[in-house]
Amino acid sequence: MEQDINTIAPGDPVVNIAKNKCYHCGEACAQDTITADEHAFCCEGCYHVYDLLKVTELCDYYAIDDSAGISPDKSFYAGKFDYLDLPDVNTKILEFTDGNLSQVNWYIPKMHCSSCIWLLEQLYKFNPAVRSSVVNFPEKKVRITFEAEKVKLSELATLISSIGYEPYMSLNDIAGEQVKKWNRKRLYKVGIAGFCFGNVMMLSFPEYFHLGKDAFDESLRNTFGWLNLALSIPVLLYCASDFFKSAWAALKGKYLNIDAPIVIALVSIFSLSLYQIITGTGPGYFDSLTGAVFFMLTGRFFQDKTYAGISFDRDYRSYFPVAVSVLTGKAEIRTPVTDLKTSDIILIRNAELIPADSVLLSPEALIDYSFVSGEAEPVRRKKGDTIYAGGKQTGPAIELEIVRKVSQSYLTQLWNNESFSKQKEDQNQMLAARINRYFSVIVLIIASLTFAAWYFIYKNPETAFRAFTTCLLVACPCGLLFSSTFTNGNLMALFGKNQCYPKNADAIERLSKIDTVVFDKTGTITRPDDAEVVFIGSKLTDHERAMVKTLATQSSHPLSRLVVKSLAQVHSGTQALSHYIEASGSGIKGLFGSHTVKLGSAVWAGAQNDREAAMDAAHDQHFSRVYVSIDDISAGYFLVKIKYRENLHKTIDRLHDHGFNTYLLSGDKPTDQEYLAYIFGNNAHLYFKQKPEDKLAFIAALQEKMHQNVLMVGDGLNDAGALQQSNVGVAVSDDINNFTPSCDMIIDGKQLSRLPAFINLARHGQKIIKASFAISLIYNIGGLFFAIGGQLSPVLAAILMPVSLISIVGFTTIASNVAANRILKN
Amino acid sequence: MSAMFVMIIASLGIALAFLGAFIWSVRKGHYDDDYTPSVRILFDDNNSDTAKTNTTDIH
Repeated sequence: MEQDINTIAPGDPVVNIAKNKCYHCGEACAQDTITADEHAFCCEGCYHVYDLLKVTELCDYYAIDDSAGISPDKSFYAGKFDYLDLPDVNTKILEFTDGNLSQVNWYIPKMHCSSCIWLLEQLYKFNPAVRSSVVNFPEKKVRITFEAEKVKLSELATLISSIGYEPYMSLNDIAGEQVKKWNRKRLYKVGIAGFCFGNVMMLSFPEYFHLGKDAFDESLRNTFGWLNLALSIPVLLYCASDFFKSAWAALKGKYLNIDAPIVIALVSIFSLSLYQIITGTGPGYFDSLTGAVFFMLTGRFFQDKTYAGISFDRDYRSYFPVAVSVLTGKAEIRTPVTDLKTSDIILIRNAELIPADSVLLSPEALIDYSFVSGEAEPVRRKKGDTIYAGGKQTGPAIELEIVRKVSQSYLTQLWNNESFSKQKEDQNQMLAARINRYFSVIVLIIASLTFAAWYFIYKNPETAFRAFTTCLLVACPCGLLFSSTFTNGNLMALFGKNQCYPKNADAIERLSKIDTVVFDKTGTITRPDDAEVVFIGSKLTDHERAMVKTLATQSSHPLSRLVVKSLAQVHSGTQALSHYIEASGSGIKGLFGSHTVKLGSAVWAGAQNDREAAMDAAHDQHFSRVYVSIDDISAGYFLVKIKYRENLHKTIDRLHDHGFNTYLLSGDKPTDQEYLAYIFGNNAHLYFKQKPEDKLAFIAALQEKMHQNVLMVGDGLNDAGALQQSNVGVAVSDDINNFTPSCDMIIDGKQLSRLPAFINLARHGQKIIKASFAISLIYNIGGLFFAIGGQLSPVLAAILMPVSLISIVGFTTIASNVAANRILKN
Repeated sequence: MSAMFVMIIASLGIALAFLGAFIWSVRKGHYDDDYTPSVRILFDDNNSDTAKTNTTDIH
């Protein structure tokens, strides 16, 4: 492989082909990259994919979207997917098999554009054993049908990985707890309710217009009545079944929820209509019944909108690898993580996650705990040290002996905390439900009083029944239900457009009540994989810089990567690197011809003596330094400083202006304290070295002792407990399809500065719901006035209902769009 | 006037047929993915051996 890069010998005429842009992935690339067929490639991986596509004549890929490719994962190694061929795993991953043809439905997080769809659907060209592959883009999944005898599952996974689309498989897939997101039942229900509503409306027309009273009309009217009854039965029994179920569940729990008055209204309207049809006393109100169910289902359909491809509910199993390499003797066997036993010896490669608490057998390891503890810098561990699950090895592969099973590890203990079994969604607490409780009681009282007055005082049973029904119909709490479902549904869509994805409507309502905002530090308010890198020292020549870059490229250490990034403009040297050595925790070293170049700690590079270095480190803790020496002469150092997200200061300021309390909970050591104190105000609430359970306890204390509604903003596993405990847990992610901890809302990193605006918009949403409730109240009072007087004919009731519904839906939609435009504009 | 009854039954029958078609399409998964097919239809079927000759750009 090395030869490929080195084919560009010094002095090779590097033509002016789309310089600085990789033909495959579009990444900026330096001059010395691979060139082939007059295209430039930033790395070997990209060239490889191109070559593969060329051989299979799939270069159309590049015609669809420019440079849309993905560089294959560099940490991929042969045998990574071998575990897929284990019979146990195999049966769980396969969606279907008949011995000959098999089918898998794989999640491909890297799928992002139309080229991806095209390429993934051409898999059969790479391997004829693939019968078909069909992409579902919103869910980022590809369903592959293949001949099981001709291609192994592991080969299939390797093939997809080799073109850059590594399938993602987690322990959850193995545990077989896949949740089917898209529920077709809801669609059936909407369809059937719509069908019945339309037909009942049509059959009710003669009734609306008081057709003639001759014998034929009478029999026609009779037939229509029975037909309407027949059409309403599936609506009541099937389409409205969810309302009954939810009301019944609430009743069993001894409280009334929002569905209870709806169910009362539906049942009473249906039984009155049934009575009228059977006795021949009237046409019934089936049109209103079916219409109400249809509109309510449509509203809920929009409200229950789920973002396919984004997952809100993840537990530790989503983060763990499915299998690791277990060493038995000298053989390396891929074993599912769930089958790991204590005293098994496992091999962990660079950037692999450690699945269980274990003891280090290799001399040294550099563990990156950032995901678990928030600690930004990797820690060095020596032989015999205990390494906790969730850490990632950075550097060469290490051997570990398992001490505790996966399910008993330190990290998984967090998930046993009670806050993970608690449901945040309490229907009863929602605004609509709270108003509704009084509303439905009042309506019932008015209807009963009207009925009593007509029946007992005026001795007019017929009017009494009609007045009672029309009262319930006109003042049906549906208007209220609509106003909240449509407002929240519309707000969810508006949030989504701005790269902020609430899990459900309830999350928006809870967001509107927030008074305290707690931030995590690493990865949340700092930018991951980005930092300010400055070189301090004697000026390096171009040649020297090229050597430093080439050397740093060899290492996967985060600091090395940042140094490489800062040298993006430098053309890597053409001189070959030899005798490369990486000493974990110290630095790297390499030979360029006769020159020795060292990068790393002060001691490693021989820059200063120990005492001076220690003093320097104590002086500015929030800087990391990478020292450079060439031929053992110190040349200076790279100063690496963490970068905060843009507008962080403004965001916090705005939160303070609106009267929010802010806190910072960091798992990191107290770095940058002065700057953060300045940003978070004078009485800064800054807490450092917080363990995941400390964070959870802190949030719980805020809620219980200070009675605050807490919004937690976090990003990693270490925040999972706090996110779960908080009233609204917001996960920050720079790529929303990445893996975020379980939360209520996912926000794109770039949009974090708009957090105050999002909270503001949620508050406006509550105001809109209240306003539209007032509008429906006006309709209700007007309608009730006539209904009590027994003057409201079914025609008027039938017209009034849709008109009020449409005007409420229109009002909420327009009002929330206007509010969003105004609030989110700046 | 019994024509009325026939018409009513016929119209209900047609409406039912459409409802059946709707249910069938949901069951077949037509509504599971409402985005990918709209992209897929824009791809050229290029079965010729010379992929290089393809110059059409789809954006």
